[in-house]
Amino acid sequence: MKTLINIKDLHASINGKEILKGLNLEVKPGEIHAIMGPNGAGKSTLASVLAGREEYEITEGSVDFDGKDLLELSTEDRAREGLFLAFQYPVEIPGVSNVNFLRTALNEIREYNGQEQISAKDFMALVREKSALVELDSKLASRSVNEGFSGGEKKRNEIFQMAMLQPKLAILDETDSGLDIDALRIVANGVNKLKTPENGAIVITHYQRLLDYIVPDFVHVLYDGKIVKSGPKELALELEEKGYDWIKEELEKAH
Amino acid sequence: MSQTLMNTKLDQFRSKLTPSKVKIDQTLLDHADAYLSGREFPTTRDEFWKYTRLTKISNLEINVNDSIIQSIPEEAIIHPNAQKIVFENGVFRKDLSDDILQVQGVQFSEKGSSSFTFQEDVFYALNCKYSTDAITIDIESKTILKDPIHLILISSGDGSVSMPRIVINAAKFSESEFIVSTHNVNSQNCLSNVVIEADVQENAKLTINKIQNEKSSNFSVFNERVDQALNSCFTINTLTLNGSWIRNNVRVNVNGQNAETHLLGAYVTNENQHVDNHTLIDHLAPNCQSNELYKGVLDGKSTGVFNGKVFVRKDAQKINAFQSNGNVLLSDDATINSKPELEIYADDVKCSHGSTTGQLDEDAVYYLRTRGLSEKSARHLLVTAFIGDVLEKIEDEHVVKYAENALSMRYGWSF
Ligand SMILES: Nc1ncnc2c1ncn2[C@@H]1O[C@H](COP(=O)(O)OP(=O)(O)OP(=O)(O)O)[C@@H](O)[C@H]1O
Ligand SMILES: [Mg+2]
Repeated sequence: MKTLINIKDLHASINGKEILKGLNLEVKPGEIHAIMGPNGAGKSTLASVLAGREEYEITEGSVDFDGKDLLELSTEDRAREGLFLAFQYPVEIPGVSNVNFLRTALNEIREYNGQEQISAKDFMALVREKSALVELDSKLASRSVNEGFSGGEKKRNEIFQMAMLQPKLAILDETDSGLDIDALRIVANGVNKLKTPENGAIVITHYQRLLDYIVPDFVHVLYDGKIVKSGPKELALELEEKGYDWIKEELEKAH
Repeated sequence: MSQTLMNTKLDQFRSKLTPSKVKIDQTLLDHADAYLSGREFPTTRDEFWKYTRLTKISNLEINVNDSIIQSIPEEAIIHPNAQKIVFENGVFRKDLSDDILQVQGVQFSEKGSSSFTFQEDVFYALNCKYSTDAITIDIESKTILKDPIHLILISSGDGSVSMPRIVINAAKFSESEFIVSTHNVNSQNCLSNVVIEADVQENAKLTINKIQNEKSSNFSVFNERVDQALNSCFTINTLTLNGSWIRNNVRVNVNGQNAETHLLGAYVTNENQHVDNHTLIDHLAPNCQSNELYKGVLDGKSTGVFNGKVFVRKDAQKINAFQSNGNVLLSDDATINSKPELEIYADDVKCSHGSTTGQLDEDAVYYLRTRGLSEKSARHLLVTAFIGDVLEKIEDEHVVKYAENALSMRYGWSF
């Protein structure tokens, strides 16, 4: 069976400091993978490296994304190939309206894939449909990107953008943090509704609660720049109960 | 013989100019004479000219050129219904202008007397002494002008010097808009030295939309002087879209209570352009409000200057004065010198000022790129948002459209 993304022995550093230290992960179409792990383990770094943040230096390893060498692509081409990152800390962009930039984004993605530009009418219909999906106030959809949004609104806006762009692989970096219970359910519902047998998701979280809503096929523990343990969704429960110390101990014993 | 040896550069420059035949106050003329005699062009040691050199102006090869334009160039049409008043090389072209005497409540005359006293400024003095033409427009009391009056200032030929003097009297309870724009037709190394004096009387509302869009190696100096009376509202929007060397001096005296003053500016520069905006708002009366926002985007080797002074005099209590200047540098070789200055002598005031200069927000560029925008589109989007913040505050949509078109033609931005 083909893979959506195949990360092999990935090493990445920033400012000379190695953060990812030989990370392996494979996601197949239709799968949801959860990544958990202590603060500073490198979860957001993995997300940034995959999205193409230029500050990181890739020193070793490879990433195959749906048959393409992901690491060779520019940030925008990764998005155009169908990679989406929901940021842990979404950026505020004063003066740039959400729908305006999404129209440009969508059209540039379409152009890259040899498709026609979306008509103004179809675009607005899409905005209505997708903002309803994540119950994002239509006023927020046309406001400046994230400017003055509450923490929860920013996260919802990330999922709205994901819904608009319909990526093959979505990476959600702590999309659940800062969400109230209702918002969590809404966002999770949105993600579930967007799921198809062809696309996949990597869900980074600290809380097993999210995984009650977005049920993962696999749970991985990222620790000190590597995936050190993988298991079924029950692993998340175990982590919630016991924390990460037992994994550290296991690792030390193995050495 | 010894006399000529003592000549200053300014004297040499003046010797190539023709003294004005325009009727202005004799006292003004006397002041100008006294001010200019034996004086030298200011240098960068002079605080007021610290970042703007006048060497190129003092070395200009000045010519007196015949009028050549047969009609108003298309690019000078900004508002479809405006009453147009055309100057070519500073000389009023009655034949190309609309007859604004036909407009109800507007008086027009070819005179240049005003209520203003002499301004100690070399270009102001030169404009008094060597005025190429002068007009006075009176908006009579209670007149509400439906369409703007558009002053079209065109330079043609090489080395032309334009020194028009424009007086606007906005009488009580009148409302009017002026558009002032500079253009060029087959011209190089011309100097435009424009004086606009506006008296905004009680309860009057006056807006000046100024568009600078010359595509040549010309030099422009503007001196705008404004007096505001009780309950008046004055707005000047300065949009510098192109032009190689520009100096704007806006000076507003707020003499009456409950007045509102709005100064907006946007400058977008590239290559070797130089744009200098000096503004002064002098709050002489209490209970007034002033708002100033200037934003610039500088690319290439261009240089910008912003110097915004706000005075709040001792008896001018309860003043709200807000001033801000923001700049984005798109290249390592572009520079801006920004100096907001607040001088407050009253104690019960709310004033704030700020100046920011930086590159585009790289986190925002990255964020937009992760959504599929090319780096170029991401940067365009951020720059247009930055300047759009000024444009969206301008009421006249034709002026805004014109500016947006000019910028999209020059830079490929879309608004
Ligand atoms: N610019 C940088 N220079 C040096 N170290 C950095 C830089 N950016 C991140 N790091 C370090 O990289 C490590 C991994 O950070 P990362 O944000 O990937 O962690 P995380 O697993 O997402 O943590 P959290 O759960 O807190 O979000 C941290 O120790 C962090 O301090
Ligand atoms: Mg993180």
